[in-house]
Amino acid sequence: MKKSKLLMIIGPLLLLGLFIFPLWNITLEAPQYPIPLGMDIHINKFADTHEFDIKNINLMNHYVGMKYIPETIPEFKIFPIAIIAMVVLGVVIGFFGNYKWFLGWFVLMSVLGIAGMYDFYLWEYDYGHNLDPNAIMKFTNPDGSIMGFQPPLFGSKDILNFTAHSYPLAGAYFMFVGMMMTFIAFFVGKKEVKKK
Amino acid sequence: MFRVIPVFSQDPEKGYGYSEETKPMLNTSHGFVPWGDSHHPDISQTEGTVDGRWVFINENNTPRIARISLKTFETEEIIEIPNSAGNHSSSFVTENSEYVVAGTRFSVPFPQRDMPIADMKGNFSGALSFLKIDPEHGHMNIEFQIKMPGFSYDLSHPGRGKSHGWFFFSTYNTEEANTLMEVNASQNDKDFIAAINWKKIEEYVKNGGGKMVPAKYAHNTWDDDTHTATSVMKKEVLVVEPKDVPGAIYFLPTAKSPHGCDVDPTGEYIIGNGKLAAAMTVHSFTKMLKAIEDKAFDGDAYGIPIIKFDAVNYGTLNQPGLGPLHTEFDTRGNGYTTFFISSEVVKWNIKDLKVIDRHPVYYSVGHLMIPGGNSRTPDDKYMVAMNKITKDRYLPTGPEVCQSAQLFDISGEKMELLLDFPTIGEPHYAAGISADVIKKNNPTKIYKLVDNKHPYGVKSEAETRVVRKGKEVHIYMSMIRSHFSPDNIEGVKVGDKVFFHVTNLEQDYDVPHGISMIGANTSELLIMPGRTTTFTWEPKEVGVWPFYCTDFCSALHQEMQGYVRVSPKGSNLPISFTLDGDIPGEEEE
Repeated sequence: MKKSKLLMIIGPLLLLGLFIFPLWNITLEAPQYPIPLGMDIHINKFADTHEFDIKNINLMNHYVGMKYIPETIPEFKIFPIAIIAMVVLGVVIGFFGNYKWFLGWFVLMSVLGIAGMYDFYLWEYDYGHNLDPNAIMKFTNPDGSIMGFQPPLFGSKDILNFTAHSYPLAGAYFMFVGMMMTFIAFFVGKKEVKKK
Repeated sequence: MFRVIPVFSQDPEKGYGYSEETKPMLNTSHGFVPWGDSHHPDISQTEGTVDGRWVFINENNTPRIARISLKTFETEEIIEIPNSAGNHSSSFVTENSEYVVAGTRFSVPFPQRDMPIADMKGNFSGALSFLKIDPEHGHMNIEFQIKMPGFSYDLSHPGRGKSHGWFFFSTYNTEEANTLMEVNASQNDKDFIAAINWKKIEEYVKNGGGKMVPAKYAHNTWDDDTHTATSVMKKEVLVVEPKDVPGAIYFLPTAKSPHGCDVDPTGEYIIGNGKLAAAMTVHSFTKMLKAIEDKAFDGDAYGIPIIKFDAVNYGTLNQPGLGPLHTEFDTRGNGYTTFFISSEVVKWNIKDLKVIDRHPVYYSVGHLMIPGGNSRTPDDKYMVAMNKITKDRYLPTGPEVCQSAQLFDISGEKMELLLDFPTIGEPHYAAGISADVIKKNNPTKIYKLVDNKHPYGVKSEAETRVVRKGKEVHIYMSMIRSHFSPDNIEGVKVGDKVFFHVTNLEQDYDVPHGISMIGANTSELLIMPGRTTTFTWEPKEVGVWPFYCTDFCSALHQEMQGYVRVSPKGSNLPISFTLDGDIPGEEEE
């Protein structure tokens, strides 16, 4: 089999790693939490980093009026279907499509990925800003607006007494490597055609 | 100080001995006893090394032995010792935690009966009890009691290594005096160390030996699933008469009223700390076996052979100090002995019987402790001396001053005083173990709610409720940062007995909550995450009465409170209960 086809088949298959490993992690650090509180985000669920972390994040956040992290969100139904569809599509393209299709898959996957990130950002924004009007403690920014508690999309950020960290986990790396392979497959495929 | 573990005494801070769940722990054949007089903690062992699973500890006044878990740092079991009084030569553990022993310091009629005190001699007995330890769960059972002559069995230690299978008890009052004992029990120049071959007696018992006799003693156990103690009254105990097991028990003559009876890490040397003599008696286990074989006896006491002093004695450390009480050991062949009267710790070489170093203590030292002291493998970097008297050592606090202990570095040739520390007391004896061993055993951080099997526990706020059963009102209450559910309760009447069954719904480390109710004739409760605990309140006056969280739990701790409305006796007001205006659980879909 041609090198490009192999890359194009293995690349999308690596996305299946998302079903095994978490995609993202948000960790909250504070002096009174020597073991920080953490939440792992999978494509189909929120999970405790250490047992009961989400319960304890909720308990902490209710003081400033943040809503409980939901048991599930609609995305957890859509994401797995989208990933499976993309894997199947990618493998089919790998076997039967030409290198131009490879790029097409990569672009489509990138668009979906960005859409996913944007969706996550919207959820995070709502989570951090849509506060209970009866919140126990209300904080305002220097300009007088109500302080939000949105964790960073990527990176680290100080929020009151906590430092919030938001970084990808193994699932995201599987996806990244898989996608890069399909991108490379495009160039390799192009070269293979020229050689002929 | 990291933690105070209540064992034999009520502790209002934790609600131990006050809550409905823990009251049975303090039940005895004499009824509920709110206090105890603990002396000697000892840590369980595996193959001659402390393993950090359990601590055993004795109670002197109402003879009992308790077992404390080093996973939860809570008392899990208390067993009463029948036919005993002054449970002092206790609670030492054999090198594989086969047994923990309990010996009688005040001999008594056995079984108890109405008789003239003056007829004591020959008619009292001292029970030495061997409690088998279940290797899995640690549960104790009195396997047998040896009915010894009516001496005072003061302290004891197990044989180890070569002497494993034997147990040694020091005695005083071999005079069997019953009055003005300070004089009359101090007449004999030598008393005894009793050497007991427990393996032999164990075998005798296994083959049907001994006699079950009626007795009454409480056995209290803690169930970690229901967080509730149960007290069972036992009705009989197996008694062994020394004369029935020839070759199992011997007396070793030992200088005057020996107090501590200590066995070195090799198991060869048995040391009698001759409290009223200016000498330390060192016996040899090897010589003892030879003397038994040669029948080198000097008569007997109540049928128990007395081994000739010279036939068992390794040597004597003469004039090391005044009033030797206790000896512990390092792994380099040295003993460290406390001297009460001359207020010092003396380091000496056992083989050479020579003093190496001496260090004053402030003042009148009793026990000393080297971690793993009662084992084959002492952890011999540090030693703690526990003093009985402090006088001017710290700031004056009226007639009663603080107690004191002192930490020494014993890794070098000379003992080095590192730290004096005031403590509550008296700090009688201690057991030490490397913190790493305890940490490796993963001490409990929280109790999981899903494992909570308390019959009145709740798993969530939605399950909280109030139920009337005649004159009893049961409140199934929850607590979580920072509110109770329900927190408004009405329909309680004067004359009711109100049970607060309170579950801490937290599942986070170090987030206990407390609760107390105005007018409740009991202590507060301190409830760990995932646990359910109960107190009762019998309201005597109408009104609206608050309850609140008694353990500083969060930024909203001050707001963690609620009210109970109490109506007159004949009131028709039905029970109602709410949180934020709703019945708990009903506002959720």
